[in-house]
Amino acid sequence: MTTPTTTWAVVGGTAALSFTLKYLGYRVPQRWFSNPRAQRILHLLPIALLGALVAVGTFVASTSVVLDQRAAGLAAALVAVWRRAPFPVVVLVAAVTSALCYHLTS
Amino acid sequence: MSRDPARRKIIRDACSVSITVGAYGVAFGAASVAAGFSVLQSCLLSLLAFTGGSQFAAISVVASGGTAGAAVAAATMLGLRNTLYGVRLAPLFSRAGWRRVAAAQVTIDESTAMALAQEPQGQEAMVAAFWWTGLGVFVGWNACTLLGALAAHALNNPAAFGLDAAVPAAFLALLWPRLANRRAQVTAAGGFSLALLLTPVLPPGLPIVATATVAIAMGWPP
Repeated sequence: MTTPTTTWAVVGGTAALSFTLKYLGYRVPQRWFSNPRAQRILHLLPIALLGALVAVGTFVASTSVVLDQRAAGLAAALVAVWRRAPFPVVVLVAAVTSALCYHLTS
Repeated sequence: MSRDPARRKIIRDACSVSITVGAYGVAFGAASVAAGFSVLQSCLLSLLAFTGGSQFAAISVVASGGTAGAAVAAATMLGLRNTLYGVRLAPLFSRAGWRRVAAAQVTIDESTAMALAQEPQGQEAMVAAFWWTGLGVFVGWNACTLLGALAAHALNNPAAFGLDAAVPAAFLALLWPRLANRRAQVTAAGGFSLALLLTPVLPPGLPIVATATVAIAMGWPP
């Protein structure tokens, strides 16, 4: 489904825009971002998107909402972050739990 | 090398941050290959985009079947915070030239946080912390992306190794420390719910992009 055209477009587009956004910060007048409302929205933007990415990464297959082994992985990750586990532990715990459920149910 | 204890502490902190971030790099490389990117493409993303959240967002939109446009839009919105970091750090790099271009490329969460933490010690310490952290993370992140990509390339069924759950777990780990107040928590819950609500009605990838409206709605009132 994923064609090389798509993946190369993503690599090129993400690379170019990521650098542009970084460099822009050094070139635009400071006052552009001093508006408190703009500051709040820019602060909340990654939070809303990360919330969405957790949801889609766990519960979505193509265009439907599903419940599969990834949900068990996320539940395990949730316990790990709540217990303040370091990043590698969070990811590993999620991966192992999900893989176990995958093999138990298939 | 340096006999100055303050400078030694900066270098030590930069090294430990770089090693920690390397772990994210392995996860990214593996997830990127699992999402359908080649090892070369995964490494190019880490070298050229070099901003973890955006890279993870781009590959997971592609993994969910989204278009290139939706993937780049999600990555761009997560990368906007780097612009704010540049605004904060601009006084340290006021002269135009390749040094400022290089500084821009390594302007990320970690290098900015370490530079700003040195503010009471003065500009020279801030610049040192910025470069040691930025370049250290750059090396760690890219080396580990290659490792993760090669490892995932050697396997071939991502679900069998739990790689499909590693990506949302990585997002959760990035999100968790940002949930410091009620407004942030409601925004995250709103983004989470809206993405699922929109999934059956919008093409893949767009439900993620659409949750920017949650940030606007939540950030609008004072």
